[in-house]
Amino acid sequence: MSTMSMAAALNAALRNRMEADPKVLVMGLDVGKLGGVFRITDGLQKDFGEDRVIDAPLGESGIVGSAVGLAIRGYRPVCEIQFDGFVYPAFDQIVCQLAKFHNRSLGQVKMPVTIRIPYGGGIGAVEHHSESPEAYFAHTAGLKVVTCSNPSDAYWMLRQAIECDDPVIFFEPKRRYWAKGDVDTDARPAPLHKAHVVRPGRDATLVAYGPMVATALDAARAAAEDGSELEVIDLRSLSPIDTDTVVQSVTKTGRLVVVHEASVTLGMGAEIAARVQERAFYSLEAPILRVGGFDTPYPPSRIEEEWLPDVDRILDAVDRALSY
Amino acid sequence: MSLHGHVPPEPDLIQLLTPEGIRVEHPDFPLSITDDEITSLYRDLVLVRRFDAEATALQRQGELGLWASCLGQEAAQVGAGRALRSQDMSFPTYREHGVAWCQDVDPVTLLGMFRGVSLGGWNPNENNFNLYTIVLGAQTLHAVGYAMGVVRDGAVGSGEKDRDTAVLAFFGDGASSQGDVNEAFIWAAAANLPVVFYCQNNQWAISEAVERQSRVPLFQRASGFGFPGVRVDGNDVLACLAVSRQALDEARSGQGPTLIEAYTYRMGAHTTSDDPTRYRLTDELETWRLRDPIERVRAYLVREAGVGQDFFDALDAESEALAERIREACRTLTDPGPLSPFDHVYAEQTDELAAQRAGYVDYLNSFEGAGH
Repeated sequence: MSTMSMAAALNAALRNRMEADPKVLVMGLDVGKLGGVFRITDGLQKDFGEDRVIDAPLGESGIVGSAVGLAIRGYRPVCEIQFDGFVYPAFDQIVCQLAKFHNRSLGQVKMPVTIRIPYGGGIGAVEHHSESPEAYFAHTAGLKVVTCSNPSDAYWMLRQAIECDDPVIFFEPKRRYWAKGDVDTDARPAPLHKAHVVRPGRDATLVAYGPMVATALDAARAAAEDGSELEVIDLRSLSPIDTDTVVQSVTKTGRLVVVHEASVTLGMGAEIAARVQERAFYSLEAPILRVGGFDTPYPPSRIEEEWLPDVDRILDAVDRALSY
Repeated sequence: MSLHGHVPPEPDLIQLLTPEGIRVEHPDFPLSITDDEITSLYRDLVLVRRFDAEATALQRQGELGLWASCLGQEAAQVGAGRALRSQDMSFPTYREHGVAWCQDVDPVTLLGMFRGVSLGGWNPNENNFNLYTIVLGAQTLHAVGYAMGVVRDGAVGSGEKDRDTAVLAFFGDGASSQGDVNEAFIWAAAANLPVVFYCQNNQWAISEAVERQSRVPLFQRASGFGFPGVRVDGNDVLACLAVSRQALDEARSGQGPTLIEAYTYRMGAHTTSDDPTRYRLTDELETWRLRDPIERVRAYLVREAGVGQDFFDALDAESEALAERIREACRTLTDPGPLSPFDHVYAEQTDELAAQRAGYVDYLNSFEGAGH
């Protein structure tokens, strides 16, 4: 057991997989000497060489497209997209090629490609550096989509993503990169696609993932002071979704609020709400509510704290659910 | 002079066999080839054309939903395909039936996606022929990635004939405008990858003439990326073979990428759903008919190689037998079951999708007499 930041945990996971499997390559912009703009790949090129930690030409479609070709040749590439808003030039390669290749080949060619994407806001950045594009990918058959909220999950989930024989879009909550936590590198990890109940409660369920888990936990602590016990679920996997864990919780609490930074319309919250009303209709004591980004482009950073879901907006939704 | 006064030089069209069937030499691309080998290439061309014609007919009969004909481009494809060594990898678009033929892919295998019984379904590593890629240009980046793997595997510049590997990436004049193709050029150049980019300029991207795509001859684009580009007579199988061999050899030996523009013509429609009479003139078609890739080889074989009628009669019979086999086999390509879409979405099936499948099974079984 050791204490480390999420950034260090991700780095350790990459190092672990590169040591274990010579077919694992890391590629992306500035991942070599610089160690990535967030230093997640720090030191890897020095230790594994320029042909395993590849500073790519500046083209996201090229990064993912060449990863597809490397996979055909038997490699296991881990791509870094520098920021969430820069993934779109690679969208075609991800959606039309990476996601569909295994199916197109009738299972004869695997696509064990991991695409790491730092995502979400709260870092005071310029446009395109604070987005939450996860729903696009969760909507696409053939991809698996996961996100971590703490250093331990960052370590284990990235290892599991790289080991997975399917393409995994791995969203990293960039504003939590430097928060520290315990990581037990000898532990037996939970399955990659299992949601975690991170705080038990009986009055209402909060579902969050990635950067919003810490915010949801803050909200639950505040609610506890007012006498409401909120159960907080860290969803972890966005495709597939561990619906059972959410339904189990809502069956107990009768109330559900889903929280994410992404715009609410057709976001993950919409899918979770649809599934829960289908499976726990008679347990629901209130409509399922969503707290998320508004249906606007991500705002200029000086007002992003107003735009992003925070403890107060979550509690406002919880109050509405509880008083229904 | 003004920058815009510069006129690019006229392209040198590399040709080793004239449309009249006369063998000519090119100083940079000598080709040592026997008449038996030319006869064998002729057989490839004829059989590919016969297969292609049969597939078009099968579409007209309702056996295929669609067909993308390679009529007129047989030499460009067979010349390149026959330049490959067994360890080389090829990345086609969706029209390289002639290359598939050279890579020993059964023509019937290609029909599945056009009949609508599969999305491709073959194993790219079995015949070193990637799955057909429909989104234009995407496969050029796959070729680049594959070539990165080749380099990392030490399969370039080792000097071992059976080890050194080249990657052949096909695309067309239309796809040359795609970002992916340009990114592929950049990546291949920057890392000096063993990729030969093979652009079949068939003059038409559905209804858009090549002038829509470029104000310079396409092969000249290579120089801006820092590697050689050549234009070859794409209807001359000998020239396509010679230039492809040279480029692939240089790739295998570690000299990096090349762009080959095979200057040819799409004699048929874009696909069976297209109507080229709406956008191009019959005159143009007639001009290109005189440059037919097969007739010139036949003229050479008859006049210069003394190939007799017996050979042509036997080849006709072989063609008809091939067509019959394809016809019969096409009709027996059965529809996949309604549950098959669930089979290969993931290598590691998710509980979620397994549950969705199970629900669909229950639904199907709810009909009387159903059994799935």
